[in-house]
Amino acid sequence: MSTPSQTVGPFYGYALPFAKGGEIAPAGDPRTITVHGVVRDGNGSPVPDALLEFWQSAPDGSRTGAPGSLRRDPADGAVLGRDGVAFTGFGRVATDADGRYAVRTLPPPADAPYLAVVLFARGLLHHLHTRAYLADQEGDALLAALPEDRRATLIARQEREGVYGFDIRIQGRAAEETVFLEFHRPRG
Amino acid sequence: MTPDQNAIDAEMAAVRPDGGIHPRRGYGPYRSSALRHPRQPLVVVEDPESVELTGPVFGVSDVTDLDADLTRRHLGEPLGERITVSGRVLDREGRPVTGQLVEIWQANASGRYAHQRDQHPAPLDPNFSGVGRCLTDDRGGYRFTTVKPGAYPWRNHRNAWRPAHIHFSLFGRAFAQRLVTQMYFPGDPLHAHDPILRSVTDGSARDRLVASYVHELSEPEVSLGYRWDIVLDGPSATWAEKGEPR
Repeated sequence: MSTPSQTVGPFYGYALPFAKGGEIAPAGDPRTITVHGVVRDGNGSPVPDALLEFWQSAPDGSRTGAPGSLRRDPADGAVLGRDGVAFTGFGRVATDADGRYAVRTLPPPADAPYLAVVLFARGLLHHLHTRAYLADQEGDALLAALPEDRRATLIARQEREGVYGFDIRIQGRAAEETVFLEFHRPRG
Repeated sequence: MTPDQNAIDAEMAAVRPDGGIHPRRGYGPYRSSALRHPRQPLVVVEDPESVELTGPVFGVSDVTDLDADLTRRHLGEPLGERITVSGRVLDREGRPVTGQLVEIWQANASGRYAHQRDQHPAPLDPNFSGVGRCLTDDRGGYRFTTVKPGAYPWRNHRNAWRPAHIHFSLFGRAFAQRLVTQMYFPGDPLHAHDPILRSVTDGSARDRLVASYVHELSEPEVSLGYRWDIVLDGPSATWAEKGEPR
């Protein structure tokens, strides 16, 4: 029997965020894109104590990831962060006092053109999964099944070359609340 | 008017168990959940090509051996009752989750977090940060040495107290198995009054958040031993690989 979820609470700050947590792209990679946004609650107010995690395919389609997101200094144990070479596929950032976050990563491949996103927050008893699609992919089964207004909540808007805005609304009317996902065992 | 404990207890007693393992996200007695849960139903994804059926990996570069001992991170020793917490991380089929990252954080023995937003006037401990990490071994095992955290007040309602707990963050083989939760200590009278623990409305599911005291895990003259096994929910791509019926 599975272990229940509990809220991340307000005091994860020394434990979970880590240096370069949002710098998923290898250093200086010219393909790097920025995805950023604001997390808001049911009143539309920014959520200053949310934690976001990201997982995605590498541009070549690989989903194996790589260790080293929290690379450590063997002398003093400090988190050095990624080595700037490997693409670990994983990112983690806390929102700031304005509810804002930003990650810099490599574009996911055309056959899975999204960042998988997990949201944790004080007040949220069980984390939420969503996706930031960097393209409104024709034929994506999830997007195709959603009504137009709901579907729009999963599409990151391109603000300029290489910069995408993706806001998350935890609670709201159907057209404003982000679509959150639940994963079931695949059907055979 | 701010409700008192009796009012919150009555609210919790009025919530009918829904049979779910996880908390309902909108749980009235936990006031902070009111504006922080979705109102629209979650959308079910069963696509075997979902990126979420795979997940991030970690390795020996991500942890150091000292990370699992929270009592040895500073020049001096922290105050409090020395404990070990150990157990296994398993998937829903009972298979061990090996080589995966386990992260914990907790208040000190006085019930104070090393966090500037924690203004509870209990003392900080200069020898305790309350943060630990390890990788699970080839049986899915993990083990931390720490001090027992104290209970602490919060502002959900008047005279509200959180029972002693340790926060856990766990990764499975898939992002869909991700879990953040809290481990509680057996026999704590605050369990009955805590809206966060009781947001898990099923009694047996709630019991799975409470560690066991295991005398054989206690070390003579050193520490008390607790055991807590964790079972991750959610699908992963390995179901298909193992050729099991879907």
